[in-house]
Amino acid sequence: MNEGPARPPRWVGMVLIPLVNLTLALAIAGLIILSIGENPLTALRFLLFGAFGYIEGLGYTLYYTTNFVFTGLAVAVAFRAKLFNIGGEGQAYIGGLGVGLVALAFDDTLPLVLMVPLAIAAAAAFGAAWAYIPAYLQARRGSHIVITTIMFNFIAAALMVYLLVNVLIKPGQMSPESREFAPSAWLPFMHEALGWFGIAMARSPLNLSFLWALVCCVLVWAFIWHTRWGYEIRTVGGNEAAAVYAGIRPTRVIILAMCVSGALAGFVGVNEILGVHHRLLLNFTAGYGFTGIAVALMGRNHPVGILLASLLFGALYQGGAELAFEIPAITRDLVVVIQGLVILFSGALEYMFRPQLERLFTRRGAALPVEG
Amino acid sequence: MKRMLIAAGLAFVMASGAAGAAEIKPAVVFDMGGKFDKSFNEGIYNGLEKFRKETGIAYREFEVTNETQREQALRRMAQRGSDPVIAVGFAQAPALEKVAREFPDTRFTIIDMVVDLPNVQSVVFKEHEGSFLVGVAAAMASKTGKVGFVGGMDIPLIRKFACGYEQGVLYANPDAEIFQNMTGTTPSAWNNPTKGGELARSQFDRGADVVYAAAGGTGIGVYQAAKDSGKLAIGVDSNQNYLHPGTMLTSMTKRVDVAAYNTFKTALDGTWKPGIQVLGLAEDGVGWALDEHNRDLVSAAMKAKVEQARTDIIAGKIKVHDYMADNTCNY
Repeated sequence: MNEGPARPPRWVGMVLIPLVNLTLALAIAGLIILSIGENPLTALRFLLFGAFGYIEGLGYTLYYTTNFVFTGLAVAVAFRAKLFNIGGEGQAYIGGLGVGLVALAFDDTLPLVLMVPLAIAAAAAFGAAWAYIPAYLQARRGSHIVITTIMFNFIAAALMVYLLVNVLIKPGQMSPESREFAPSAWLPFMHEALGWFGIAMARSPLNLSFLWALVCCVLVWAFIWHTRWGYEIRTVGGNEAAAVYAGIRPTRVIILAMCVSGALAGFVGVNEILGVHHRLLLNFTAGYGFTGIAVALMGRNHPVGILLASLLFGALYQGGAELAFEIPAITRDLVVVIQGLVILFSGALEYMFRPQLERLFTRRGAALPVEG
Repeated sequence: MKRMLIAAGLAFVMASGAAGAAEIKPAVVFDMGGKFDKSFNEGIYNGLEKFRKETGIAYREFEVTNETQREQALRRMAQRGSDPVIAVGFAQAPALEKVAREFPDTRFTIIDMVVDLPNVQSVVFKEHEGSFLVGVAAAMASKTGKVGFVGGMDIPLIRKFACGYEQGVLYANPDAEIFQNMTGTTPSAWNNPTKGGELARSQFDRGADVVYAAAGGTGIGVYQAAKDSGKLAIGVDSNQNYLHPGTMLTSMTKRVDVAAYNTFKTALDGTWKPGIQVLGLAEDGVGWALDEHNRDLVSAAMKAKVEQARTDIIAGKIKVHDYMADNTCNY
């Protein structure tokens, strides 16, 4: 064992700092709620009860969590290669298009057991394809991935509008939406699936894609830390020059990381299109791709952290809606402020208290050598 | 059969008795635009505020922020025992269809769309009739014989406005020329005053001197462009004459506020009925606005002609073609 410089125990960075940041964000949000004349503790109670207090609310929380797991993992995989994928929103949108096209084409003919894998494959393929172009431009032409992925979000939105308004719209209706899929192609809701085992559960949009999200967490963990590809991605992310020296080709790694990232984002389409709406429609991504960035930041780009951060954001979304519902003075805009504060403190201001806290615990605890 | 009738009658009496005796717990679910959108949702809000002030009965409200919340909000309202519940806007129809089936004892009203269920009241408007009237006014006010139309999002509902307007213009002046532009194909087209102003100016450049905007918040830019160029503009949904007195020729009023108010009011009286309500000129659901802000712009001949058209439409002598009847504007 080498005697390295003194390091704080790992749980400080992984548990304590996020908790401190979260508490601070909620405290400031509480001050704002106080300033508009409402009781912050009541508000917090409604928020928590709305998110976890009853089965239907919990279902909504986990439904949002599903989306954030997918987009959070997407951002994290790209980030391991030092790529900032801002395009999760567009990749999720196009992934949903893939799911919708498969369902519209085969909903009468294919049984569900074939439909689901096909839809998952379509979501992955479409999402990956949408990420491939910015990845190619970054790898071969040096166009910055942040700029190109942002632009591809807009292109995705324009493409979806064109398709839904002119091509896929069900004739004779006002909303630009496709026809509803045949019920045989619907991914079962969790309350239906539990019903098969005789367990009663309140209705909610939570569906079986939540299980797929958990599987994806495990797959991403295995991919990043236990495959050669993952090793290459981490090496390129750590030091591109060293990676080249080690015989790794960064162009290939960049494209690989971005395609996996896009595929993961595309799975939002499975949850939303096949699981909840059962038709293709506009704006079903509702900003989940962007929130995924905050989720990945907060979750330290690790599947376990992302799962926890997704749960937090799912709870904020569902509890926030509940809060606006219960307390009329708290509008939906104030709920966005609360969510924004959490993102601000856990993302942008993440390092504000880190030095102090780490010093505190380094001095107290023994100088444990921690692997780098 | 007879027994069923008696049962139905009893149920009706009990339902109305209960509604009349107890206070109602009304609720509303606004759509994405939010209750202060200066247009459709705000019209509903104004109607409900009037109800609240008159009766002192508070109502629950929710503004949705994503697609999934429509169904969630409607269901939560119903679960909380709210009754009646207003769903604002056509986009809520799929969500309402699900929720209304789950809560057959809750009364729902959807505005601007038809949902055919026994506990749902659907309120739709004959926008083509009101647009016909302002079309007549536009044709009579125009000196160049060219008039314009700026739509919001390109959906059948807005084409219905355009089609009625076109018929009104040609009724008053068969040689008139009409320019039509839609602002966009996404919901953002409801709130793009800059582009609305540009579209209006391009129509002015082609010779139009009256322009009708059916575009929500986008219309604000259209009216401003008309004022800047010294041309005339026609407002929509609520009476917008006051925005620019002197250049607002008139407004096509669509009384969503009355529809919202009546939903709560009839529920309170026990006279709320499911089914489709179509509000046209005859029901004062649509109309044209004449007030102190535009009185100088409306000549006696114009007023007479518009009122004549109004009477004739109500009497059935003029048939205004509804674009949405066959998705074409052939009449």
